[in-house]
Amino acid sequence: MKQSWSHIFAMFMRYSYLHKRSIPRAFEIAFWPVMELLVWGFVSLYIQQVAHGALSKIIVFLINAMIFWDILYRSQQAIALSFVQDVWTQNIINILVTPLRIWEWIVAAFIYGFVKILIILIILSVLALGLYNFNLIETQGLYLIPMSLNLLLFGGSVGLITSSLILRWGLAAEALIWGVPFLLQPISAVFYPLSILPPWLQVIAMGLPSTYIFEGMRTIVKEGSLSLDYLLLPFFLNIFYFIVSALIFLWMYRQAQIHGRLSKLGMD
Amino acid sequence: MSPLLPLIEIKDLCKQFPGTLALNHFNLTLQNGEIVGLLGPNGAGKTTAMHTLLGILTPTSGEVSVLGMSPFKERHVIAQNINFSSAYVQLPTNLTVMENLKTFARLYAVPNAKNKISDLLELFEISYLTKRLTGALSSGEKTRLNLCKCLLNDPQLLLLDEPTASLDPEIADTVRKILKKFNQEKNIGILYTSHNMPEIEQLCDRIVFIHQGRVLAEGTPKEVIQKFSTQNLEQVFIKIVRGEYQ
Repeated sequence: MKQSWSHIFAMFMRYSYLHKRSIPRAFEIAFWPVMELLVWGFVSLYIQQVAHGALSKIIVFLINAMIFWDILYRSQQAIALSFVQDVWTQNIINILVTPLRIWEWIVAAFIYGFVKILIILIILSVLALGLYNFNLIETQGLYLIPMSLNLLLFGGSVGLITSSLILRWGLAAEALIWGVPFLLQPISAVFYPLSILPPWLQVIAMGLPSTYIFEGMRTIVKEGSLSLDYLLLPFFLNIFYFIVSALIFLWMYRQAQIHGRLSKLGMD
Repeated sequence: MSPLLPLIEIKDLCKQFPGTLALNHFNLTLQNGEIVGLLGPNGAGKTTAMHTLLGILTPTSGEVSVLGMSPFKERHVIAQNINFSSAYVQLPTNLTVMENLKTFARLYAVPNAKNKISDLLELFEISYLTKRLTGALSSGEKTRLNLCKCLLNDPQLLLLDEPTASLDPEIADTVRKILKKFNQEKNIGILYTSHNMPEIEQLCDRIVFIHQGRVLAEGTPKEVIQKFSTQNLEQVFIKIVRGEYQ
């Protein structure tokens, strides 16, 4: 176990070193989330003004949705980019021939993603409070913790699937790292209630843990409390998705071993 | 692992890729403390054999044992006791020399890593590079850094794929001497590929010539040269590649 922690710490530090020296990389952690917050925040203010107070809660809905979406998106990015980092630098074989186990690699990427998201959350919360008088903690209360963890886990599973695609198609699939989460955005009812979707799409949406979290977020804003179902159902779905995505990753890894793709990763 | 067991034992190994038989009933053994040169033209199957030994490529058929274990069932145990370097595999260019070595020291759970890293950097005469970004190193410096990484975990077995490919003759000579020293003092087994035939003659106890996935010749460099009635290994190489042999 001690050795496993040493491996996890090694990979966590390997990813963290990248931010230590490079100002652009350090900025990269918060740049896009902050830009999104500014745009969505000002759009919300504008809508509020135009609607003359009829949509008083629009700013709360939209900023909450934007921050929650960012947790999911950054979590997916953390996993997929951690993996592809070693493909880009042609270091993947050096890593694969060490005693590092796949699960240790995944845990390290999850921890790295978690720390990154925590930093983003803090920055966004402070900015939203200063600019729009929006208090994330006051709005979501303690629900914020299980909801964020659910999004983190789902983002991680999507990140694993994305990494599996890179194992299969190499850097030709690189664009999917940025694209795959946006396949989920319209179905997850991020910025609008589930009821807006056509009935057949609602059925699909109910199969995604993210939908429950975004619906739950709006329920908390409206009613101030939340049924436990909004946390437990996505949690169980997350367990299912995590197992499935880990199995897909392992299967793709085995296939890459058989077809000799591991040694060619990053060379395409 | 029993000292009598070979470090590497490959029996009847075949690896079929679509349209190519990369390894064709390939056999190889490497004993404790032995340096074996795996020679052959590009595409002969050398890297395929190495990647199979490292457990990152599954064979189509045949038996592979490293340190008496299967690289597919007990890869993590084996990985702790072997290491690998290739002229074609890089360490992350966006990390410094020290960050890279610290990362791999942690991955190999190296005790007293700081001292170990410092000793190796000194041995390869690159102590002055610790804070330099790996991407800013010359290819010779990168190769020496790779070899430092290789020796971090005091391996019993080293798999080196053209490790001196980008070195100038003086540094290449230093590297060979260091490898020979480690081999003799610590009884490390080394599987070595290179296209530099004089280097192979100088360094290897035994060579295995491979062409189109098959072993064509095996023995000490002297024995192989005699067998092909040539002056040196370079001529053997040319004869084999051109098919000018019985």
